Amino acid sequence: MSPILIIFYVLAAITLATAFLTIYSKNPIHSAIYLVLCFFSIAGHYLLFNAQFLAIVHVIVYSGAIMILFLFTIMLMNLNKEDEVHKPRITRLGAITTFILLSTALVLIFMYSKPFVGDYPTTGEDFQSIKKLGTVLLDDKEGFMVPFEFASILLLVAMIGAVLLSKKEKPTK
Amino acid sequence: MENILNQIGIENYIFLSVLLFCIGVFGVLYRRNAIIVFMSIEIMLNAVNLLFVAFSTYWQDAKGEVFVFFSMAVAAAEVAVGLAILVAVFRNIGSVDISNLKNLKG
Repeated sequence: MSPILIIFYVLAAITLATAFLTIYSKNPIHSAIYLVLCFFSIAGHYLLFNAQFLAIVHVIVYSGAIMILFLFTIMLMNLNKEDEVHKPRITRLGAITTFILLSTALVLIFMYSKPFVGDYPTTGEDFQSIKKLGTVLLDDKEGFMVPFEFASILLLVAMIGAVLLSKKEKPTK
Repeated sequence: MENILNQIGIENYIFLSVLLFCIGVFGVLYRRNAIIVFMSIEIMLNAVNLLFVAFSTYWQDAKGEVFVFFSMAVAAAEVAVGLAILVAVFRNIGSVDISNLKNLKG
């Protein structure tokens, strides 16, 4: 068993355990903390793939921006307590059954399709440095210029929408 | 640089992503707190991103990783708008319990 495989198993165990604890823990603040740990372990997976830029961006965007947004919302609503009522038992049972059936079915499908056993091609050339990623993203002919611009429009619209939605409404009479 | 998948294998990453996605689905179905439901959606998005990067390494092609950027942009926009909606709901109803959102029921 190579050390890389051991690192992978440890990271995968952390990822799955923290993802499960995110859903299981009653206090939303604890859920948010576990989710941060989950995101960090996923960034570890990206580092394992040698995708450094993606790992950094992942940490900045998810652990930095999105989780701060979650934490601020939780604090704003003062949800820092464990008073959540459970769903009815039949719904919870249905959720657990769905989880078990879905995961078993998907894992078995991919197990029996025998995805890609054997050697993996190595081209030897660099394909995931920042330089190469920028070239692929903003190339003249085959690049992703138009989706890039649309992403900026999407973020602008989301920003305006968030401000409008969370603005205090004036009492209308 | 040697292909890392020679030592781990793409199937391990497929199984990890599938399990992570199923945990996200489970969270959406199981919890009543709308914020936790949002967190579960984030977990599902991350499972898909992880699989994108794994297959990008499998094909030794950067396009998969570029797609992850767009996926992250969409996730950020979704969380911003979703949490704003949650704040508005909390202001009107006084809780974020999704079982209380029954006003549209006839």
